[in-house]
Amino acid sequence: MPASFSSRVVGLAALLVAALSILPLFIIVPGAFSAGFEEAMAYLFRPRIGRLLSHTGQLMLVTVPATIVIGTLAAWLVERTNLPGAGIWRTLLLAPLAVPAFVSAYAWISLAPGLTGFGGAALVTTLAYYPFVYLPVAALLRTLDPGDEEAARSLGLSPAAAVVRTVLPRLRPAISGGALLVALHLLAEYGVLEMMQFQTFTTAIMQQYAVGFSDTAGSLLASVLLLLCLLALVLEMLARGRRRVARIGSGAQARPIRARLGHWTVPSMLFLAVVVALSLAVPIATVGGWLLRGEGLADSPDLLRVTASTIGLALLGALAATVAAFPAAWLLDRHPRGLTVLLERVTYLGSALPGVAVGLAFVTLAVRWAQPLYQTVGLLVIAYAVLFMPRAMVSLRAGLAAAPPELTEASRSLGQGGVATLTRVLLPLISPSVLTGLVLVALAVGTELTATLLLAPTGTDTLALAFWRHASELDYGAAAPYAAMMIALSVPLTLLLRRQILEER
Amino acid sequence: MPKNRRSLTGVLATLLLTLPLAACGGGDAGGEPSFAAESGALQVYSSQHQNVTEAWAEGFTEKTGIRTQVREGQDSSMGHMIVQEGQASPAEVFLTENSPAMTVVQRAGLLAPVDQATVDQVRDGMTPSSGDWTAIAARSTVLVYNTDMITEDQLPASIMDLADPQWAGKWGGAAGGADFQAIIAGMLADQGKEATQAWLDAFARDANVYQNNIATMRAVNAGEVPVGIIYHYYWYRDQAGDKQSSQNTALHYFGGGDPGAFVSLSAGGVLASSDMPDQAQQFLAYVTGPEGQQILVDSGAMEYAVGKDAPSDPALPTLDSLEAPQVDPFSLNSDEVIAMMTDAGIL
Repeated sequence: MPASFSSRVVGLAALLVAALSILPLFIIVPGAFSAGFEEAMAYLFRPRIGRLLSHTGQLMLVTVPATIVIGTLAAWLVERTNLPGAGIWRTLLLAPLAVPAFVSAYAWISLAPGLTGFGGAALVTTLAYYPFVYLPVAALLRTLDPGDEEAARSLGLSPAAAVVRTVLPRLRPAISGGALLVALHLLAEYGVLEMMQFQTFTTAIMQQYAVGFSDTAGSLLASVLLLLCLLALVLEMLARGRRRVARIGSGAQARPIRARLGHWTVPSMLFLAVVVALSLAVPIATVGGWLLRGEGLADSPDLLRVTASTIGLALLGALAATVAAFPAAWLLDRHPRGLTVLLERVTYLGSALPGVAVGLAFVTLAVRWAQPLYQTVGLLVIAYAVLFMPRAMVSLRAGLAAAPPELTEASRSLGQGGVATLTRVLLPLISPSVLTGLVLVALAVGTELTATLLLAPTGTDTLALAFWRHASELDYGAAAPYAAMMIALSVPLTLLLRRQILEER
Repeated sequence: MPKNRRSLTGVLATLLLTLPLAACGGGDAGGEPSFAAESGALQVYSSQHQNVTEAWAEGFTEKTGIRTQVREGQDSSMGHMIVQEGQASPAEVFLTENSPAMTVVQRAGLLAPVDQATVDQVRDGMTPSSGDWTAIAARSTVLVYNTDMITEDQLPASIMDLADPQWAGKWGGAAGGADFQAIIAGMLADQGKEATQAWLDAFARDANVYQNNIATMRAVNAGEVPVGIIYHYYWYRDQAGDKQSSQNTALHYFGGGDPGAFVSLSAGGVLASSDMPDQAQQFLAYVTGPEGQQILVDSGAMEYAVGKDAPSDPALPTLDSLEAPQVDPFSLNSDEVIAMMTDAGIL
């Protein structure tokens, strides 16, 4: 397909976004080696760095597979079996997205103070992150045409074998995309691991930031983290595979087959009940308990003001990240060549870095070359886009993959221009994915800590910052209203995600 | 599909509507949300406890009519941040928890001399001879111990004794925090490099690292370790409250000029690059004056007041009774401490 004018414009936009998202690397990597290569090696090859690496690795090896198993199994039970109350389970299983991971960690720590170290870290991250796998898998399971599965069964395969041979392989993009999000979040997770006293590269970077602001050691640690992120991206590409999941027309799709659970009904419901209890009931009950015990609202007169700025930032960040993700996602879907793959992949790099590393890089950039941008909302929103673009990217890519290219081609062949095709054909087709992307980014911005702390204008406060301030002084009562508000704000967003699973066809 | 499109516009509309709505609601209780720094307000960078800083800022505005805006941070990172911002720093005033963060800014030559009248209202020996900054509060190192696990006569006579192998696995501290690092800076000034490095090596090998002073105190209270190194005021604050984190503990003051009796100064300074130098000097004068020091005591922070004749909370032993080591708080070197902690494998 010859590159049209509009795809050249989109290509240019994708190039600009990619350049912006790797801008922090141009500060971090040279910073890491500013004291010389040998100094850097002497710092890196120490027992402590080995310990950080092994901690990070252990967490990945447990949490990523655990979220895949829980997320996929839960999605299959809800969408493809005769599980009683599927509609309620669908909501409850997504609801943990409304509970910020560090709030969940605080709940667990205040319930079981001994739950520190690896066990607590793996437990809380698994419970907080499995919806990243559950969401795309459930959405895809509803979309998948059951034709293949029926054909496999008519050819003599057992129901289970038919699922394994026809459904699972087609879930690969959804599972691997979800797992990638989990892995990237683990690499950059700070709040949970700090509370669980489990040291990884990101907590070490925060410690280094605390002692030296943006010094060589912090940049070195961030560079190692970048390498780990690259590894995760390559692994995901290998795992994703290339398989068409799009189908044409929305009228002819058959209802998916629902497997009969039989005597597996009770164990299945028990399994889901445990997941929901641990990931949802524990944090909400704990926050509720603090609210009742603490002085609550009287203790936080600034609650509404802080809430309003949080909403404003979440909205701006979500729009920025989604708009920024669009060009690369579209290019990759329509022209999956080496260069476009690269343009999409580099946008993930910024997000594997913890907020503090990206925040510090933007402080340096602004102080040196763009003083008027320093401590403005504009710069903060750019940082949010760099940090959270993958959330929008993964959703947009899934949506574009399910939008048959034939329809946009038909629109063009009928004489519609690029802009008209975009607004009249493509955007309506992918609007559920755009919505998912917006919501996922807004949820992330609403709970972001360190980039906000570094880049926000003086006087701009957010719920996450206020919560963290009180929580790190272990003042649960004062922290509770902010936690409750973060959860309350996230609930409607999470419900939208549920609708998106239902409506995607 | 139209349904989907409607839901997308619906969400955007809802979000856009809730924003001003929430903002209006906020107008009743705490003002509009702010998305830009207030122009013309005195910019205060502070790593002090938020409630104290805000009480100072409010009291100051009430008295003088000069508006203030506070940017929160942590000691060392905020000090280095001001250095990176350099002449372009938006900060007018910098308040710290521990003096080494101020020393970082002082060494970069970014501080303006503090008004003599301000220096004169602070206790003697609490401003550097250069006059570049002044103490605004003080805190003492203590050993918190679990009274069910250990008796007073079993406690070490000196903080240096904790390095002894018999204490392996029995002590803890918040090594990542500025408070701990200030204590080590005091140790380095008092005991020299070799002894301090040996002590840090023992810490890396034998001690439990906690997130902060409160977590350390809680761990001691819960019996995870018998003793922990913290600052005094965390314990007194908890005792004045519900005692949830300290009911099984007591404090041990090393005294006798021991490095474990180190008293750390919280510092206040005015940036040379300030656009409002007069107002910034007024702010520092207010904080160290009788009203500011009374606000510190009334805030329940339990830190020591440092104004001449300014009484601290009656629950505290007096500053003079602490027998702090004779170290010059103005030469404390946090950068060297951090290098030594890196060598020990703590950082």
